[in-house]
Amino acid sequence: MASESTVQVLIPTPLRRFTDGESRVEVSGATVGDALDALEARFPGIDERVRDDSGQIRRFVNLFVNGQNVRDRDGIATPLSPGDELGIIPAMAGGSAA
Amino acid sequence: MSESAAPGIDTAFPLSPEMRAAIIAHARREAPRECCGIIAGRDGAPVRVYPTTNIAEGNRFYEIDPKELADLEFRELPNENAEIVAIYHSHPASPAYPSRTDVELAFWPEAVYLICSLEDPDKPYIRGFTIRDGQIAEVTLPA
Repeated sequence: MASESTVQVLIPTPLRRFTDGESRVEVSGATVGDALDALEARFPGIDERVRDDSGQIRRFVNLFVNGQNVRDRDGIATPLSPGDELGIIPAMAGGSAA
Repeated sequence: MSESAAPGIDTAFPLSPEMRAAIIAHARREAPRECCGIIAGRDGAPVRVYPTTNIAEGNRFYEIDPKELADLEFRELPNENAEIVAIYHSHPASPAYPSRTDVELAFWPEAVYLICSLEDPDKPYIRGFTIRDGQIAEVTLPA
């Protein structure tokens, strides 16, 4: 079991209404999922925007650890090291179909 | 906290002629695919157009490369004391009005959504909207 790491979560503009306007929040966790749990504990409601009912990262949300997409690593099980930056980015997407 | 990036920008967005030309040029370069990008602003005023990569498949969708978006949102723009004030994309063969998909995927309610239509290739035009809680409202652009 990995030990907890203190990391910075980078909050995008659309989610800052959950964080009292803060763009950067410090939490502790051994993995991305742990950090999201800690974020939700401090700012209730924010995790629903990031993960779906089954706990997976929403299709139109991407998470980056130090600039690397966690979909290319171990998803929410991606381990965190002290000082890592976890960025949350909702998609900018759409289309002319329908 | 206000949902708006800046007071007043919701009802009238001061898109400059140069920005308008840059978006139309990008739309034409990408056609028949949709183009996409953002406009950064400072103190409510748009200052720069950033074309981005559309990672969606096919010709009828767009999704801004999330890595490029993360770099802009968390690094480049904060370093310049700027923020995202608008998102643009093109409708290469349909009118400049938000589609059902555009509304469903409007995850940035603070931003103005600009749509460039190339439906008539000789008469490209851009309209602006806010999309909040599923509601579309038009934003006035300079004539």
